[in-house]
Amino acid sequence: MAIAREAEPAGSLTEVKETGLDREDLLGIYRNMLVTRGIEERGHILYKQGKIPGSFYTGRGNEAASVAIGTAMAPDDVGTPLHRDLGVHITRGLEPWRIFAQYMGRVDGPMRGRDGNIHLADLRLGTIAMVSHLPAMLPVAVGAALAFRIREERRVAVGWFGEGASARGDTHEAMTLAGVRKLPVVFVCDNNQWAYSTPSYLEYATEHVADRAAAYGFEGVVVDGTDVLAVYREAKRAIEKARAGHGPTLLECQTLRMEGHAVHDDAFYVPKELFERWAERDPIERFRAWLREHADLEEDEEAELTAEVKKLLNDAAKRAEESPFPDPATVTEGVYASQEDLETPHHK
Amino acid sequence: MSARAATEKTYLQAISDALRQEMRRDKRVFVIGEDVGVYGGAFKVTLGFQEEFGPWRVLDAPLAETAIVGACTGAALMGMRPVAEMQFADFISCGWDQLVTVAAKQFYRAGTPVPLVVRLPSGGGFSGGPFHSQNPESSFAHIPGLKCVCPATPEDAKGLLISAIEDPNPVLFFEHKHLYRRIKAAVPDDRYTTPIGKARIDREGDDATVVTWGAMVYTAAEAAQQVDASVEIVDLRSVLPWDRETVLASVRKTSKALVLHEDTRTAGFGAEIAATIAEEAFEDLDAPVKRIAAPDTPVPFSPPLEKAFIPQVDDVVAGLRELLAY
Repeated sequence: MAIAREAEPAGSLTEVKETGLDREDLLGIYRNMLVTRGIEERGHILYKQGKIPGSFYTGRGNEAASVAIGTAMAPDDVGTPLHRDLGVHITRGLEPWRIFAQYMGRVDGPMRGRDGNIHLADLRLGTIAMVSHLPAMLPVAVGAALAFRIREERRVAVGWFGEGASARGDTHEAMTLAGVRKLPVVFVCDNNQWAYSTPSYLEYATEHVADRAAAYGFEGVVVDGTDVLAVYREAKRAIEKARAGHGPTLLECQTLRMEGHAVHDDAFYVPKELFERWAERDPIERFRAWLREHADLEEDEEAELTAEVKKLLNDAAKRAEESPFPDPATVTEGVYASQEDLETPHHK
Repeated sequence: MSARAATEKTYLQAISDALRQEMRRDKRVFVIGEDVGVYGGAFKVTLGFQEEFGPWRVLDAPLAETAIVGACTGAALMGMRPVAEMQFADFISCGWDQLVTVAAKQFYRAGTPVPLVVRLPSGGGFSGGPFHSQNPESSFAHIPGLKCVCPATPEDAKGLLISAIEDPNPVLFFEHKHLYRRIKAAVPDDRYTTPIGKARIDREGDDATVVTWGAMVYTAAEAAQQVDASVEIVDLRSVLPWDRETVLASVRKTSKALVLHEDTRTAGFGAEIAATIAEEAFEDLDAPVKRIAAPDTPVPFSPPLEKAFIPQVDDVVAGLRELLAY
């Protein structure tokens, strides 16, 4: 039995404008979705060319949810996006060339070669880098929200997790603490139905992950994660609710992970029909159709945008390849911070 | 130093007063833990804090160590100076991932400091049993990015806690429960810091060196009085980082080293110290490095068993005599 509220799909342009987005914003969202997918598609190529060490993860199918939530966050808000949420980084302004540099283990990646793939973030852009232990970043997001609450700042933290990681205790503890203290945090569940090869029904026994929110004393909302404007509306609502002091929300974005867990995985265990069905709801195609129908997206405008993104990515990949590898002599540096390292905007 | 005002305080009062002083001078410092608010903490370290600082700077947390430590990391990244209390050091196992996976690696990975302190009431000696008596510092001394502090005296407890709060890294502050009310000494009234990573010579001597920390400093001191030799006691004060120079200088002087700790023997921090002495001061040694530690068992409950577990003065006396006679 579902307990969480099931969100309506996005409506007309008039309705969308009521959520605070104008046509320029809409095209910006569309562009960020194209950049997100473009980076990951190129990442695949770079990986196959042997230019990316380690592994490579993508969030194909999750571009709408990640970009929408990144867009709904205010500049001073912070978040802990995960490996399916590249769109958050793009929306927050992380430059694509630095992302490629990260993938390739170069010094200009946000982690300067000390961590790889999508374990990236830039605190100046309000993002905190994920670790592999999921959902270890949820308690961290709750702590950021706690800092805002103690200082009585009107800022919000957003913490991401997957439906697989919903099984772990961190989820429960983070939501418990956030619930009892009514902290300004939004929990986003990227429910892409597969935790590596394990299907949802082996991860949780409720109908929705968001049904659990009621048990923690806050609202759960389920939204179609391929509907960028519906996700935006719900994320905005949840974030502003948190900002106003009304506590957390658990927002579950339903998608399908359209590729394997990582580049090595062909996802043979996902039924082919499932891929086919969800391919019809590709978030970028859906939004393009919506923009054509409701916002007069013209072909030449679209071609211009596509060309701009293509150039951005070409330049970014090239610039990243020019970035040097870290100097091996620096391997032992920077294990411990010094007082000077506290001279950051967050610590003043 | 002669004009410096000081007050007799227990080890526990020194910790409590230092924390209160820091909260008064720095609004970024807050306390979070189980029962630290209304109740004042299981050991009353934060007694009266909530009345003074309010419920949002002295937070009674749900029984959720992962959330407590993780929230401290998030708050630290946002510019706060969290001080978490584990009700007993043993419970840090429930927050291991947040400390080791998230907080310890954050600066190396992302270049963003995580200035947090976790206070860990540790150690045995009063039938706390397997889950209220452990000394888990060796486990964390293996984790790059963390600092592990183990004060033995009230003066150091204050100075090291202030250093820990000032430090831009995650610091584990192991406070020994058996010292809380048993040990009382003069503590300077002014604000001062004791550097993390600098050992203290508890007692000077020429014939043998005992390297130890925490409550074992007192066990070593009693033992030293019972042997007919001049024993130097090096109180490490912190095990990560640890003061290799002071240890090696002492061993080079005495040529005999005994490493003593309350934690279990195998892969305990004493092994690191013994290995370092063997590597760096082999030529100066007149005897093999000796280790005295708890046996490799959980901490037993019943008094005679616990006494057999925790190194006693007699064990150290016997060890010293053996070493001196070599």
